[in-house]
Amino acid sequence: MLEIRNLNARVEGADILRNLSLTIKPGEVHAIMGPNGSGKSTLGNVLTGRPGYEVTSGEVLFNGQDLLALEIEERSREGLFLAFQYPVEIPGVTNMEFLKASVDARRKHLGLPDLSSFDFMKLARETSKKVSLDAAFLKRGVNEGFSGGEKKRNEIMQMMLLEPSLCILDETDSGLDIDALQVVASGVNAMRDDKRSFIIVTHYQRLLDYIVPDHVHVLAGGRIVKSGGKELAHELEAKGYSWLEDEVA
Amino acid sequence: MTDFQQAQQTDFQQKALTLAGQQESPAWLAALRFEGSEQWLNADWPSRRTELWKYTPLQALQKNTSATWSRVLPQGVGSASLLTVDALRLVFVNGVYDPEGSNVGIASADHTSVVRFSSANAEQRSLIEKHLGRIVNTQRHLFASLSNAWVQDGVLVHVPRNAVLEKPVYVVYVSTPESEPVIANHRLLVVLEDGAQAELIEHFVSDTQPQNSFVNALTEISIAANASLQHYRINLEQEQQIHIGGVHIDLQRDARYSGFTIAEGSTLKRIDYQINHRGNGAHASLNGVYLPRNNQIVDYHTNVEHWAPHCTTSEVFRGIIGDSARAVFNGRILIHPDAQKTLAELSNRNLLTSDKAEVDTKPELEIYADDVKCAHGATVSQLDQTAMYYLQSRGVSKALARTMLSFGFINELLQELPQVAVRNYLQHHLTELFHTGTALE
Ligand SMILES: Nc1ncnc2c1ncn2[C@@H]1O[C@H](COP(=O)(O)OP(=O)(O)OP(=O)(O)O)[C@@H](O)[C@H]1O
Ligand SMILES: [Mg+2]
Repeated sequence: MLEIRNLNARVEGADILRNLSLTIKPGEVHAIMGPNGSGKSTLGNVLTGRPGYEVTSGEVLFNGQDLLALEIEERSREGLFLAFQYPVEIPGVTNMEFLKASVDARRKHLGLPDLSSFDFMKLARETSKKVSLDAAFLKRGVNEGFSGGEKKRNEIMQMMLLEPSLCILDETDSGLDIDALQVVASGVNAMRDDKRSFIIVTHYQRLLDYIVPDHVHVLAGGRIVKSGGKELAHELEAKGYSWLEDEVA
Repeated sequence: MTDFQQAQQTDFQQKALTLAGQQESPAWLAALRFEGSEQWLNADWPSRRTELWKYTPLQALQKNTSATWSRVLPQGVGSASLLTVDALRLVFVNGVYDPEGSNVGIASADHTSVVRFSSANAEQRSLIEKHLGRIVNTQRHLFASLSNAWVQDGVLVHVPRNAVLEKPVYVVYVSTPESEPVIANHRLLVVLEDGAQAELIEHFVSDTQPQNSFVNALTEISIAANASLQHYRINLEQEQQIHIGGVHIDLQRDARYSGFTIAEGSTLKRIDYQINHRGNGAHASLNGVYLPRNNQIVDYHTNVEHWAPHCTTSEVFRGIIGDSARAVFNGRILIHPDAQKTLAELSNRNLLTSDKAEVDTKPELEIYADDVKCAHGATVSQLDQTAMYYLQSRGVSKALARTMLSFGFINELLQELPQVAVRNYLQHHLTELFHTGTALE
């Protein structure tokens, strides 16, 4: 599904990712934890092609394709999805219009016929219900004036509509109350199957109680310093990260 | 004025005055026409050094010396697209009243009235004499004097004390090319008495053929104590159309004016707003949108003057300038010494969607009272890169993302419009413009 080999990336002249390697197989759920500023969001940004994030060496294969050679929108259409840590507000563009444009693009890429406005509206309403977002949010500007939790639910709704093959959730659980957390978790779990993979970036064990990962990695200083099974998350919760830095040093 | 001071007139000034003199008009308007002729003839023709015309050359107009005026109702109005709105409608084609397209023309039976000057009764006539040419600030609006010199017919909207106009007034000014270029002089006067309420939609529109006319359109609005007006002025004409327009508004105590204006560019398009807060506690809000592309130009000059205390002004203009187009926005707010406790805000944001696009924006605050709260700001930028990335990260193409963001930037103002017919019409129009146009490249 995804193969990252010796990835180095810089932002604003600073080297952030250093020789990062990671392999994700179809159907797997990987959790990435690590201290603030260690490069977790940078990884998501680099994978999705965010302007300003420069890959200096290394390669990334996504379903065998050279991911880094693709345009931002092509990566999405190929099935890569990032749920943003800080979703962007776009006043004046309605959520409905935005969702329709992205679903249209994905369906076209997959060779599926366009959904009529009516069918799309129906689908969007059903999906918003699944993430407990009132249908009124569909008419508002994209994320405009949404609370933190509402923005995160909106991200999950997009994920459900686009049905990507690789989903990266960047701290989707941060700032969520317990109900919202369950909405996110059940959304992810409902989408889990033997083909779809997930990268869950989180600081909290709590989310991983609901979405049980196959692998847990610790990202520190721009590289993966430790990998393990789901127990590793418990260990990190109890001990923090400092023991790892000692171990690495 | 002595001969020595007499300004050098341009060919266009003389030509326009000759045409103005040929207009048939009721005797009771003669004094105003004479006054206008004098002013027009003695006016200094703007040059690059004229502050109010610094960025907008008038060459396109000056070339127009073979101009004439339309004597009969021209044919072929059909392709101009109008609003679908239940309204009191008056249609003018190249300045000539079109009774077929209109559904009012005579004074309605009740107390409210929409009437043409030419069929005004004695009472209406005295209203027109009292206000026409008296609200406009001719110092800042050169072409008002031509309008005064020319005035032959026009529309009076008069709403008596505490009355509410039952439907919006929808005035449509259609342009269509004639064999000779024509000058169309449009004149509208709105008089709202104490506590009256009305809604007015002015719509300048043309068919899609290349136009050859010059529209000079002047609207004067008097809003008495506690009265309120909702006003739309829509300028979507084909890009060869020359348009110079002015809206001048007097607000008395607690009066409310809420205006919206939108313009695409043309070879020459200049629109002036003058708002005078003359009584305590008046409120004016004015939002505007301009969208020049290709080689078009559009120039908005707004001048809001606070003469009385406790008045508020809120003004928001947004523009998207594409290709090699140019926009000028000059927003002045002037707080006179008596206007204590004024609250005034002006914001102007511009999106440039091409390297060759240009905007000259100049918000000006002049404050001569000490206890006021005023804010103003202007920005010029490209599309928000983070928003672009967000849209693209959801599979939306770069081109569509630009379209959506540009539309969104303008739609923020459109979605607030209370009149649903105007809102729908403009949203539809802009969607088409952004999807098919070069405005975004
Ligand atoms: N656009 C940017 N401009 C400048 N520096 C950046 C930018 N993006 C990231 N960085 C820097 O890169 C480093 C890694 O940031 P990143 O956001 O990837 O951390 P993170 O692991 O996601 O942290 P957190 O847990 O706080 O979300 C930080 O030092 C950050 O300041
Ligand atoms: Mg982060």
